[in-house]
Amino acid sequence: MPAPTSAGTSLVTARERALAVLGGEPDDATLRRYLHGIAGVDAVGLEQRAAGLATRSIKTSSKMWALDKIISLIDLTTLEGADTPGKVRSLVAKAVNPDPTDATVPRVAAVCVYGDLVPDAVDALGGAHGDPDDGLISVAAVATAFPSGRSSLDIKLADTADAVAAGADEIDMVIDRGAFLAGRYGLVFDQIAAVKEACRRPDGTSASLKVILETGELVTYDNVRRASWLSILAGGDFIKTSTGKVQPAATLPVTLLMLEVVRDWHLMTGHRIGVKPAGGIRASKDAIRYLVTVAETAGEQWLQPHLFRFGASSLLNDVLLQRQKMTTGHYSGADYVTID
Amino acid sequence: MSRLAVPKTYKLFINGAFPRSESGRTYEVMKADGGFLANVAKASRKDARDAIVAARGAVGGWGGATAYNRGQVLYRIAELLEGRRAQFVAAIEDAEGVSRAAASAQVDESIDRWVWYAGWTDKFAQVAGNANPVAGPYFNISVPEPTGVVAIIAPQDSSLVGIVSAMAPPLVAGNSVVVVASERYPLSAISLAEVLATSDVPKGVVNVLTGSPAEIAPWLASHSDVNAIDLVGAGDLDWIGLEIDAADTLKRVLRPESGADAAAPSLGRISAFTETKTVWHTKSLL
Repeated sequence: MPAPTSAGTSLVTARERALAVLGGEPDDATLRRYLHGIAGVDAVGLEQRAAGLATRSIKTSSKMWALDKIISLIDLTTLEGADTPGKVRSLVAKAVNPDPTDATVPRVAAVCVYGDLVPDAVDALGGAHGDPDDGLISVAAVATAFPSGRSSLDIKLADTADAVAAGADEIDMVIDRGAFLAGRYGLVFDQIAAVKEACRRPDGTSASLKVILETGELVTYDNVRRASWLSILAGGDFIKTSTGKVQPAATLPVTLLMLEVVRDWHLMTGHRIGVKPAGGIRASKDAIRYLVTVAETAGEQWLQPHLFRFGASSLLNDVLLQRQKMTTGHYSGADYVTID
Repeated sequence: MSRLAVPKTYKLFINGAFPRSESGRTYEVMKADGGFLANVAKASRKDARDAIVAARGAVGGWGGATAYNRGQVLYRIAELLEGRRAQFVAAIEDAEGVSRAAASAQVDESIDRWVWYAGWTDKFAQVAGNANPVAGPYFNISVPEPTGVVAIIAPQDSSLVGIVSAMAPPLVAGNSVVVVASERYPLSAISLAEVLATSDVPKGVVNVLTGSPAEIAPWLASHSDVNAIDLVGAGDLDWIGLEIDAADTLKRVLRPESGADAAAPSLGRISAFTETKTVWHTKSLL
């Protein structure tokens, strides 16, 4: 499988780049000086900007395009303690063929499961497993003691390596929020870098690494901005808002803020990082607002599966209902999509 | 000294709240003598969609409540209507231009019908259900269950008795309803919604839309999440077209009625919005 473009940067250059940006070793003091030197977030301005972007009215053919685009950007997710191989198989069936009544519906980008269910997902996908750019579906696994992240580094690395060995194309890791809030930025940096190393496969390619900030636990926008920079510096290919287990999960202002970081990083280094809002996006209307925000902030080139994803489960059904409304001309109902 | 008139703008009743139409539209309602009566929200297809979503969400709770409980809640509404009697009488006099006696008679009839239907709530299953004969050591029992979301085009030629006669029977069986009120006489329907909002009816069980039935009805008839449609007040619309739309998703349909006997109280109006569930059960643990 070809390495995703966003994961194309080698570890060495990621570290070198971090050293160049930071002007020193990534220890607590250097990182603290750098992250606290970033300008604070204008919270009122940020929320106003997000609210402004949410007022766009997207109709008819643009809406149809947006609905299909949303589907192709979804990480169809099941992260329950009660997940079974059968549940994963039905999730995969839905990912491959979201609406059995309409063959023109695109496939989703990836399925996202717990690490131990990766073999079931890979098995169920069969020939449909691969890069979303080729019309195939990736397997993403949450790792590193998801969702709390409270375990030793060894266990986090073993968790990651297991999922990669089982065939995961993408790893969704959680940062140690406790360490971050305690100001131990060097520890968080080292853990992300170590997990990135554990994403490496024997053939030299590497699974794409999504770094979950869990913005609901970071409390302030300033912290979200710092955590975003920290994750990118440490080598994350994607920054992801939330686990979906903590409220508030993804919000439009937080996603806008992370997109601004990604945009700035691209202007600074020419390197593109992905963004994944996850949790709480249930309605097509909300998802379209995210598309608008991405296009207006990072740019339209970000609207592709290697640079933007929705972490969602119930969103897909709502998009399918909207799509059915647009193709049939009458409102559809929950009886016409799957029960997840 | 005359006081300043306060022209009102009435709103819709969706999911237990009173929103304006999503479209922002209103229309003027006139008195029988041609004078201005009030502004009323003119619902759009999106208001109808929101109402259906609310109704769908409410079916489980209302349909799952015990028949006894539903009966008590419905009876309480009759009590509230009785308490607001004078307001309804005055509104009907204004809107329809009828005498006080005729308006009073309409309100009385409405309350009586509501009480009549409320009484059936914990009794109609005994009449509509059955213990079927079988040749074996089993019970075979048929019971009526609510069909789900019922859309109603209320009778267009009355203020209160029409909407009450159309709204009450599906509620008896445990359905939730989306009612399009009389276009010409919507005020009593909204006052009824205010009564419902302050009663024990859970939010979303009853949703009242005002506006043009000709505009809204096709969206309700073709909506896949509507289980039945009562076209009792759709006589002036293309109701055959609506029936054809409804057939696409196998909705139960009641056809238009007109005249003095329209939507007269009957058990048939209750059972029209039920599905029969038949279960086998062993007679004893052998």
